[in-house]
Amino acid sequence: MLLEVRDLRVEFHTRDGVVRAVDGVSYAVDAGETLAVLGESGSGKSVAAQAVMGILECPPARVTGGRVLFQGRDLLTLGREERRRVRGERMAMIFQDALSALNPVLSVGYQLGELFRVHRGMSRREARAKAVELMDRVRIPAAKERVNDYPHQFSGGMRQRIMIAMALALEPDVIIADEPTTALDVTVQAQVMDLLAELQRDFHMGLILITHDLGVVADVADKIAVMYAGRIVENAPVHELYKRPAHPYTRGLLDSIPRLDHKGGELRAIRGLPPNLLRVPAGCPFHPRCPLAREDCRTGAHPPLFEVASRRASACHHWRETVSE
Amino acid sequence: MSETVAGPADAAAQQGGEALLEVRDLIKHFPQGGGPLGGRRRGAVRAVDGVSFTLRRGETLGVVGESGCGKSTLAKLLMSLERPTSGRILYRGEDVTRLGGRALKAVRRNIQMVFQDPYTSLNPRMTVGDIVGEPFEIHPQVAPRGDRRRRVRELLDVVGLNPEYVNRYPHQFSGGQRQRIGIARGLALNPEIIICDEPVSALDVSIQAQVVNLLRRLQREFGLSYLFIAHDLSVVRHISDRIAVMYLGKFVETGSEREIYEHPTHPYTQALLSAVPVPDPGLRDRRRRIILSGDVPSPTAPPAGCRFRGRCWKAAETCARSEPVLGIPARLAELPGPGRHPSACHFAEERQRAAD
Repeated sequence: MLLEVRDLRVEFHTRDGVVRAVDGVSYAVDAGETLAVLGESGSGKSVAAQAVMGILECPPARVTGGRVLFQGRDLLTLGREERRRVRGERMAMIFQDALSALNPVLSVGYQLGELFRVHRGMSRREARAKAVELMDRVRIPAAKERVNDYPHQFSGGMRQRIMIAMALALEPDVIIADEPTTALDVTVQAQVMDLLAELQRDFHMGLILITHDLGVVADVADKIAVMYAGRIVENAPVHELYKRPAHPYTRGLLDSIPRLDHKGGELRAIRGLPPNLLRVPAGCPFHPRCPLAREDCRTGAHPPLFEVASRRASACHHWRETVSE
Repeated sequence: MSETVAGPADAAAQQGGEALLEVRDLIKHFPQGGGPLGGRRRGAVRAVDGVSFTLRRGETLGVVGESGCGKSTLAKLLMSLERPTSGRILYRGEDVTRLGGRALKAVRRNIQMVFQDPYTSLNPRMTVGDIVGEPFEIHPQVAPRGDRRRRVRELLDVVGLNPEYVNRYPHQFSGGQRQRIGIARGLALNPEIIICDEPVSALDVSIQAQVVNLLRRLQREFGLSYLFIAHDLSVVRHISDRIAVMYLGKFVETGSEREIYEHPTHPYTQALLSAVPVPDPGLRDRRRRIILSGDVPSPTAPPAGCRFRGRCWKAAETCARSEPVLGIPARLAELPGPGRHPSACHFAEERQRAAD
């Protein structure tokens, strides 16, 4: 396994108490594979990714447990410098908002070239040539003329391509993309996702796609981890998850989205609200919103991940009922 | 400038109830430069550039388009938050753009708005009761002072919020609940029309469905007309009776929900629909995607002729020479069926569908 996260725990200490943003999360991705981490706001999907990358701000956050094994090495035990080297060279991240992730006062050529100067010890001239090459690779038209332009001179889609170029620059083994197309228009989103998938294939990278978009996931993922209230509630290969979800939350999400291909009646909304992480309900955290909730769901510890089939798991006491529904 | 022949409205004019809002050749240009600090005039952003439609009682007109297409400017014009450069907005036959003072205020009472961002569109220092009741301060004739408290509680109940929450502040609510507060405020004056500008795009998936269902229920209960502006094509299909597809300040295709989604004839609409990710991994390899090249051109200097031609795979010489008008294309006019609806393309035709 290329990257394996085991029982990761992240807490935030706030004035109102301790928030367990990530509460025992495990997932893994192999070379050439795409894992989608699906969740809504507050599910902990981004915090977990930042902890994996080692870019969480601590404090207020604190990684309180778990392991992040990259090619067998636990990144959480590495020193600052060593970690930084892995992060720059072997793992890269793409953010939702390219405008705020890029430095506005430096040209894109400088920012792309910086990677080669710092990590590869290249000269300015060589680095610039590399920057143009990368911009070509992510299909920015007239890369040579635009290499000295600043981020604001590019459209949103082009900026996202530049961020992809930066992530790819050192040919990493793993890319974590956190809502990479959420801020983009749908025609541009299609361009960017296509590009990302193509590059992943060409470089045989592991891709972790953090998203809330069930459509994007269906298009690109090999397997999916669904997060709710800081935990993974379901793991499954993509086709199985959409065909026969094994957790009522996953089923609820799939039922609640309007479809492009037909006009439905009333949407089957999930009732209620996601929990406040300061007061996660006892038992299964989804039980107040769950149509299947019984007595055993309301008390005790949260349900563990039950094995549903090979490579499939669900944190629901009543997964049998959910799957067969 | 105005080349709208068979307006999109006219196609649907035969059916449906009375026309509440008629928009004719609406244009809004924002001049660039030449402001109070001097500077050279550098042309104008042509945000809305000749839009016409009719909104009938009880119906929902969906407006879809990507960022920068002018859909939010259109909403502001309809709300009289911006003055159009030219064109007319007729509310019950009266041209709103010429009204001012008391007459305008009276019209505004009947056209309300729900905003995209429930975090910034509510004043954080006002209680929910004050926010929802504020419209009564401006239009006191709607609810006598003594009755307002009761009306506010009633409104909260209607949108599915606990009436006991009147004294809470916006930060005590989640995004979905805040959007309900915004909707309650929009309903306060019993309007006939609600302009919804991306009302669910800031919400989580599981909450979106709740708000969409709420909007549909309120429409049935109060006979509201919606102008529903959004970039999410699935949500728009779900809620709309008729759809207008907007590109660079113009409507490029209009029709019923079925005509647009199942029988689009404009290349932009076809590309837009094909780009929407469908939550079904089984369709992954069977869908024929149209991946457009390039970005939306600047609305300051839209291309001559057809504005879409720079990204269009059908573009020919004609497209640079003459701007296609929105109307039923001659070649489709003979054919009965859902392909026959207004489309602003010289080469409008239905796409051969691959998968089905």
